[in-house]
Amino acid sequence: MSELASAKSTRSAVELGGVDKRFGDVQALSGIELTLDDGEFVSLIGPSGCGKSTLLRVVADLEQPTAGTVQVGGKPARQARLDQDYGIAFQQSGLLEWRTVAENVELPLHVHGVGKAERRARAAELLELVGLADFAGSRPAQLSGGMQQRVAIARALAPQPKLLLMDEPFGALDEMTRERMQAELLRIARESGAAVLFVTHSIPEAVVLSDRVVVMTPRPGRITEIVTGRRPGRADLEPDDVEDVRETAAFFTAVTAVREALRKGHG
Amino acid sequence: MTGPSLATAAPRRGGGVLAPVALGVLVLVVWHVVVVAFAVPAFLLPTPLAIAQQFVAQFPVILSTSAVTGGNALVGLVAGFLIGLVLAVLAASSRLIAELTTPVVLAASAIPIVALAPVFTIMFGSTTEIARQLVVTVVVIVPVFVSAARGLRAVAPVHGDLMTSLAATPWQRARFVRLPGAVPYVMTGLRLAAPAAVIASVVAEYFGGLQNGLGSRITSAAANTAYARAWAFVVASIVLGLLFHLGGTLVERLVTRGRPA
Repeated sequence: MSELASAKSTRSAVELGGVDKRFGDVQALSGIELTLDDGEFVSLIGPSGCGKSTLLRVVADLEQPTAGTVQVGGKPARQARLDQDYGIAFQQSGLLEWRTVAENVELPLHVHGVGKAERRARAAELLELVGLADFAGSRPAQLSGGMQQRVAIARALAPQPKLLLMDEPFGALDEMTRERMQAELLRIARESGAAVLFVTHSIPEAVVLSDRVVVMTPRPGRITEIVTGRRPGRADLEPDDVEDVRETAAFFTAVTAVREALRKGHG
Repeated sequence: MTGPSLATAAPRRGGGVLAPVALGVLVLVVWHVVVVAFAVPAFLLPTPLAIAQQFVAQFPVILSTSAVTGGNALVGLVAGFLIGLVLAVLAASSRLIAELTTPVVLAASAIPIVALAPVFTIMFGSTTEIARQLVVTVVVIVPVFVSAARGLRAVAPVHGDLMTSLAATPWQRARFVRLPGAVPYVMTGLRLAAPAAVIASVVAEYFGGLQNGLGSRITSAAANTAYARAWAFVVASIVLGLLFHLGGTLVERLVTRGRPA
């Protein structure tokens, strides 16, 4: 894990060039240019219909762009998906209810033919990481929503991806659980050294988590501004600091900047 | 915090069994009184007491005939369940097979079992149980196929996206998501088919063949004007149907244990 974190290559985690996406007559994305560095945390924020989820799905190769290029870790998006180079978490946890928590975490490895002993060991390690080691044998239905979402994040991390794609994973959680999950996510991202592309519609959440906040506007969905987040050049930030971050002047400045950018996009 | 509402809800549970039992007893009493008071002839309706007496008197016969009818129902249920399941899996795995089988199976659901029973008896002879077991099989295939096919199609979008993101092969999608996801649907099909198997098994006996099951005893007792005896065998059929219903429900509960309802 630590060698992943320290291996800072010049290769970018995601590279989007002139990406357009049409659904029939609707221009969902227009001229998207965006690069994520290795280990960088980038949030996509904007009102409903601005195409932020579509953009994430294009990176995941779950949607094909109408035009433009999508490179993930230096490969075409399709190849990156086939090579299981990224982990993904959705708004719903999407756990398989007939599998135990540990078996859910093992799923990506199971699909890629990793042996049973190795899967077991990796799942145990990941459940430790998300603080659910005691629930390895439980069924998803026995867990709370926040715990299910943590299992989904552990599952996304199972193949040791260099990129985590997250589509409003905390959208359905209550505020307190959400803040705790944000701190955990930052810790996990730092320990795994993965770059994160994070979709949200919460301004404070985007600012607290991100190196950069990408502000998008709808009709057509495009990037209007990129705001520096709460931790410029502070990849070493401790999760405990997340609480303090909310109190700092830099946090309020960034929140205001994102809010202004969103308002400008609407005007 | 929610203590009071939970406390008031708890003691009501006992009413779930008591109410239908009380209603059943009431119906039997009213039935008896009406038949006696208005001197209803036995061919119209015997008293519950007369039926009970016949049930006791015929008990050894009831046991052996129930075993035959129940056995046919069970053989047909298992065969129909397997055939319905295999057809549904094939239909889910290939569009061509789906287009071939779905209309045929749905057309089979429109076949009145009364139309099949005499034909099968002639085809397979009146000295075997095969015709009756076949009737049950046909009746069982339909609900199992329909609910299994629905379950195999019902993949949550998030699970579909997940398997795509994992670059899963079609077989892996089936093995990890579609087949296990369809299990509750398949079990619902089995639960619905189980009592229907008994109905089919009893009715199939109305159309000739061996005189060794509940259905054939009902027709012969009625033909001999032994109305209370006919009713005693009807009661035995009801009990057999309930047993199959309970068995189906039990299997469903066991298999889908640990899943959210």
